[in-house]
Amino acid sequence: MKNKELSFWLFITPVVLSLSLVVIVPVLMGLFYSFTNWNGLTFTEIVGFDHYKRLLGDTNFRDSLWFTFKFAFVSVIVLNIIGLGLALMVTSKMKTNNILRTIFFMPNLIGGLILGFIWQFIFVRVFAAVGDFTGIEGLMGWLSTSTTGFWGLVILTVWQQAGYIMIIYIAYLQGIPKELIESANIDGASPFQKFRYIIFPLLAPGFTVSMFLTLSTSFKIYDQNLSLTGGGPFNSTQMVAMNIVDTAFSSNQMAYGQSKAVIFFIIVAIFSLTQVYYSKKREVDL
Amino acid sequence: MKNRRKYLILEIIGVILGLIWLSPFYLMLVNSFKVPREIFANVLTLPDSLNFANYVKAFDDLNFIRSFFNSLLITVVSVAVIIIFSSMAGYALARNKSRLSNVILLVFVAAMLIPFQSVMIPLTAIFGQVDMLNRVGLVFMYLGFGGSLAIFLYHGAMTSVSISLDEAAIMDGASKYQIFFKIVFPLLSPISVTVAILNVIWIWNDYLLPSLVLSRDNETIPIRMFYFFGQYTRQWHLALAGLTIAIIPVIIFYFSAQKVIVEGVTEGAIK
Repeated sequence: MKNKELSFWLFITPVVLSLSLVVIVPVLMGLFYSFTNWNGLTFTEIVGFDHYKRLLGDTNFRDSLWFTFKFAFVSVIVLNIIGLGLALMVTSKMKTNNILRTIFFMPNLIGGLILGFIWQFIFVRVFAAVGDFTGIEGLMGWLSTSTTGFWGLVILTVWQQAGYIMIIYIAYLQGIPKELIESANIDGASPFQKFRYIIFPLLAPGFTVSMFLTLSTSFKIYDQNLSLTGGGPFNSTQMVAMNIVDTAFSSNQMAYGQSKAVIFFIIVAIFSLTQVYYSKKREVDL
Repeated sequence: MKNRRKYLILEIIGVILGLIWLSPFYLMLVNSFKVPREIFANVLTLPDSLNFANYVKAFDDLNFIRSFFNSLLITVVSVAVIIIFSSMAGYALARNKSRLSNVILLVFVAAMLIPFQSVMIPLTAIFGQVDMLNRVGLVFMYLGFGGSLAIFLYHGAMTSVSISLDEAAIMDGASKYQIFFKIVFPLLSPISVTVAILNVIWIWNDYLLPSLVLSRDNETIPIRMFYFFGQYTRQWHLALAGLTIAIIPVIIFYFSAQKVIVEGVTEGAIK
């Protein structure tokens, strides 16, 4: 197919058109609107960096950003450790391998909104009942403080996504040549040595993929946040995505909300690009 | 002997972890059959009797048949549209070896980095102005958001479809459309399955985008669930019955196509 051929253009037009109208045009218009007093329909003046200046003093936004960073940091680490642990476990010679894979992966197919509601019940009712019965204070009043809200979100995310990360690590573990492990066995390597010197370095591409995925999903999380804590108490567990939605659609501050969305985009892009860059570099170094 | 014991311990740990993983579903299920008093008295145990009253009420209040078919319609149409148009574009971009098509492909891949929340405000404003905040508009948006990954996957899969097939078909006088739909598209079906699985999971469960686009008449299961739950906060017996109902279709889908789903998700993640 040549550029000049009509068929080439007919084949790509539907997707090019939809990507343009759904992603590219809104990104550019959004960038422009963030410098105006746009109200969702029209704008009357260009306000320059006013919205961005206001952002600097917006403690709500700053708190949500900080909360999101903390959440993303903790859940990326925990998810990868547990995901890899599960993958190592279910790739060993166990009889229950297949059924366990099925179970660990299951929460992944169900929407975050529904899972958040289920866990709200567990944290609020079940934890309280067990705490009541055993006298463990730490189980009482979950989701009513910022700390328990934070860990509630981490637990929900890990439970939902660890199976997905497990699947990715399984794919990479299966790519490691059996001969390498066998020769290490003959040389008398301990399980830890085998992991540290053979499996771990060869898993590098797997780390890149799953770190990238977990980082970007945990940074953009919305549904789970909405259904588990709703941002409460007093917006203390509100993440950036929810902060943007609330600013735009609840408080109707469209242009101001969009300036937050622009900042959010820049942060996500920087994170993703740096992370891919360093992981690729490390793969080569090893 | 030593090895067997080692695996036994691992096996026990595995079973315990498996049970922990299942426990939220267990708790949801057992409590969905209870009356409120029972939930307060004994949250961990099986219900005294199988009482379906909660289910009848929740099924009714969720307007489940309706929201189920709304979800089904949106998901099936969007996924079909994504598969058809993305495979066409992936084919055209792979067969056109020019700088232009490299640039187009790069733009699609780069677009995957843009978070939805960064575009949603102008997006809904633009579509609102042309009266497209409806199901047709939603399908079009899903093509825009889902097209990138699909084109990327199809473009990659095209490397295994030999160009000599195209050439032979041209000799026989086939048009570009015939070549694509009769010869190439069937050969791409493994990747079409992957694209279908990934997009079904995403679109079926998506909440934020449809909640901004659809009117209350066309609401999908997640949107309906959100209102339903708000209505029954602290009436856990009804809320849990509703959640169970909402999960059943997904569980059936998972167990009927488990192998394909896991393969598809793996492929989508590591490519």
